[in-house]
Amino acid sequence: MLRKIRITLATVMFIGITWLFVDFTGTAYHWFGWMPKLQFLEAVLALNVAVIIGLVVLTLVLGRIYCSVICPLGIMQDIFGWLGKKAKKNRYTFSKAHLWLRIIFFIAMFLAILLGMGTIVQLLAPYSAFGRIATNLLQPVWQAGNNVLASIAEHYDSYAFYHSNIWLKSGVSLIIAGVTLITLGVLAWRNGRTYCNTICPVGTLLGMLSRFSFLKIHFDTEKCRNCSLCTKNCKAACIDFKTHTVDYSRCVVCGDCIESCKFGALRYSIGTSRTSKTSETSQTSETCPTSEGRRSFLLASAMLTTAAIAQKKEKMMDGGLAEIADKVAPERQTPLTPPGSRSRANLEQRCTGCQLCISQCPNEVLRPSSDLMHLMMPEMSYERGYCRPECNRCSQVCPAGAIQPIAAEDKASTQIGHAVWIKKNCVILTDGVECGNCASRCPVGAIEMVPSDPNDDESPYVPAVNEARCIGCGACEYLCPARPHSAIYVEGHEMHKEI
Amino acid sequence: MSKLSSKKVKGMKKDITRRNFLKLLGGGAVATAAVMTGCKPKTASKAVEEYKQQVEPPVGKMTYRTNPNNQDKVSILGYGMMRLPSKTENKDDFDQDMINRQVDYAIEHGVNYFDTSPVYCQGKSEACTGIALKKHDRKKVFIATKLSNFHPDTQSREASIAMYKNSLEQLQTDYIDYYLLHAVGGAMFEFEKRYVENGMMDYLMKEREAGRIRNLGFSFHGKKEVFDEILATHEKYHWDFVQIELNYLDWDYADEISKSNVDASYLYAELQKKGIPAVVMEPLLGGRLANLPNYLAAELKSHAPERSVASWAFRYAGTPEGVLTVLSGMTYMEHLKDNLLSYCPLVPLNKQEQEYLHKKVADRIVGLENIPCNDCKYCMPCPYGIDIPAIFVHYNKCKNEGTLPRENVDAEYAKLRRNYLIGLDRAVPRLRQADHCISCGQCEPHCPQSIRIPRELRKISEFVENLRRSQEV
Repeated sequence: MLRKIRITLATVMFIGITWLFVDFTGTAYHWFGWMPKLQFLEAVLALNVAVIIGLVVLTLVLGRIYCSVICPLGIMQDIFGWLGKKAKKNRYTFSKAHLWLRIIFFIAMFLAILLGMGTIVQLLAPYSAFGRIATNLLQPVWQAGNNVLASIAEHYDSYAFYHSNIWLKSGVSLIIAGVTLITLGVLAWRNGRTYCNTICPVGTLLGMLSRFSFLKIHFDTEKCRNCSLCTKNCKAACIDFKTHTVDYSRCVVCGDCIESCKFGALRYSIGTSRTSKTSETSQTSETCPTSEGRRSFLLASAMLTTAAIAQKKEKMMDGGLAEIADKVAPERQTPLTPPGSRSRANLEQRCTGCQLCISQCPNEVLRPSSDLMHLMMPEMSYERGYCRPECNRCSQVCPAGAIQPIAAEDKASTQIGHAVWIKKNCVILTDGVECGNCASRCPVGAIEMVPSDPNDDESPYVPAVNEARCIGCGACEYLCPARPHSAIYVEGHEMHKEI
Repeated sequence: MSKLSSKKVKGMKKDITRRNFLKLLGGGAVATAAVMTGCKPKTASKAVEEYKQQVEPPVGKMTYRTNPNNQDKVSILGYGMMRLPSKTENKDDFDQDMINRQVDYAIEHGVNYFDTSPVYCQGKSEACTGIALKKHDRKKVFIATKLSNFHPDTQSREASIAMYKNSLEQLQTDYIDYYLLHAVGGAMFEFEKRYVENGMMDYLMKEREAGRIRNLGFSFHGKKEVFDEILATHEKYHWDFVQIELNYLDWDYADEISKSNVDASYLYAELQKKGIPAVVMEPLLGGRLANLPNYLAAELKSHAPERSVASWAFRYAGTPEGVLTVLSGMTYMEHLKDNLLSYCPLVPLNKQEQEYLHKKVADRIVGLENIPCNDCKYCMPCPYGIDIPAIFVHYNKCKNEGTLPRENVDAEYAKLRRNYLIGLDRAVPRLRQADHCISCGQCEPHCPQSIRIPRELRKISEFVENLRRSQEV
């Protein structure tokens, strides 16, 4: 019974979260948007007190059921374990807990959060590891399937499906996701929950609580015939049939042992241990603001040197399409962070690198950062689209409070960066044509066209950016006709501000 | 098929109704089955013939018009080589095999006028035409091409002559039957610059005397004053023919569609006064008159159920006696067959039918106010990569079908909005959509319809931007 309930709940959760990650249309969010918010580490970082208390109470009552039905990485390992069991029955054995390793990883996580070492946090965080696998490996497959349907739909003049661009957002992220998947897959196939009970800091923390949980697995020594089946089927390797003990810090309450026992010697029932001790580990202290940091808006000379001059192409024949060169991302001196993230510091502090925001971004703006210290964190760039005024999806989905909910109206008055004009790339001067696309497409009217020679009204008009009004959405950068280097690009701000 | 039975069929066909037509179709299916099983019931095989009659144009029935100047017998259907079929796998590569097949088929059915230009189809049209016509008797076909010296670099005497010589070479011929000054009418000074000041007119007239150009004329898009002024030079240059836009929309509404267009009724009347034969272009207005909104298509069909919607436009364009030939850029075999059905032979429209098209159809099309783009691609390629005609065509299509999302309060709005945006992304890649237009205006002078392209693109981009911003709920 316990096992069936667990499997049912886990299936719902797993499908929901996976769907949420692969869905690029923004529909799954309406149904499953709450699921990531239940994730423990993310709730801690978001200071989501209700969820933290709920999960602590849940663990104190039911044990580490969180790891079996809420954590998608746990469920994913169960799937691999289940496949492993199909290959070879009764494959597990009891082993002692690697207490020191658990403590080391837990402290490492704690310190990494305190010290703002994003990459370590992101590598250790369980839900994020799953998120990266889903975003980097599953979403492209989902998109490819969708694109097949889209071309069929197009053929039949249906609008049920539409094409979605598949593009490599970050090679590093892809490799990390692939390595994580293979490592965890092999570990889970052979030994079950090794990762959860040795490395995962959330597992360690919940394990501390579950030792005192109200409901637990208990041996009925009268009935037990020491057949060892329970031990051999325990993916957490936490049942010692010889001594009739269960290591409750590692038990994820999957119910497999109860099911496997032929004599009904195991039951999930009220524990003999006291549950009065409340843990104080859930208290968070991650509110330390990092220093302002560099705030220089030095314009890179690198940007200027690599500018390719667009050749004015005049038509000779009718028809055909001019080639369009792909845009090249500029090297921004200060990276751009999405509206709602408030500051780069806040994003670095809270982001666990699950990349849900990246998988959800419909404008192809967000991608994993290229910064070594925050490899899996989101970063913005505008070669493939810009941060459209009506969209705030990333802020809606973020479970960790790294990107906080922001209304579309507020976004229009939140400055995340400012546009910089690069004279030598501008088509007005290179091609000798009239342009002004940046000015006319600017959603907040921060760009005006002015004569390039202030004393000559007849001189070519060039864009003038009012930095005070610019919000950094990147419409100008994306829609700039200069290729591959835009003649106007957005430099990020460390701190976002209201204008 | 024997001639006797075909006559019989024709008699029967007169008052065919839709139901009968369906019966015939059914009969056709029965007959096919019968042929396959080896027995041929008489009625069934007759039904097959009747069905074939409806979709297969007859041979030897083409209507011809005589050029009063030199007694050329020109087929009323002229083949426009501007919209050649491209290969399915690569749109920039033209499908020569298909072109050859269609040209062969056209000639077999009596078409003998082929119209091309050095700038058509990214400059490949003349060569394709030359190859396709190579195996046919040069004496039996009329080749028309143009001096398309739009680009300033091609406007010098030497460059223009080189363009003319190159045409001869590409077309693999030593004379051209109908040679046109391409698209004059925007401004008189332009005409002077392209053809008079550089001495090209004198040169071409010499070529005409030498017999290497059999007829010299011009194609006209533009302003009335310019038309009058150029026609006034008739004494001096002796225009053998003039190519004009003529269709049931342009007859009276050309200036409504675009301020700088002239009604075909005026152009045709002026040519008639001077006895100059007219070659008709744009009989379908770039396909618009073949692709009408459903209710208008149904309206036309209710008057002639077994005729295509396009057939009305072709019969209309061929009806005036002063029309030498009607050009149609037939990309696909089915276009060619349908047009041949309209012209083998041409049954001219009577007064009532013409009135019907003017009053019941043209009036209502003008009311649609779509962007008068014919998808001729003269504006292309846009140096900044915008797919101008595709954007207009998609907009017009939605407008004609009544699927343009309008007010946010519409019950249908969310669905129409989604469909429009998805449809646009399918028709035009994002990077080639209207929001990337920088209004440099390089396209504008090339548009024969004088569409103010940047302005229209701006309007569409604002429309699309509004759609994008009104979130799906």
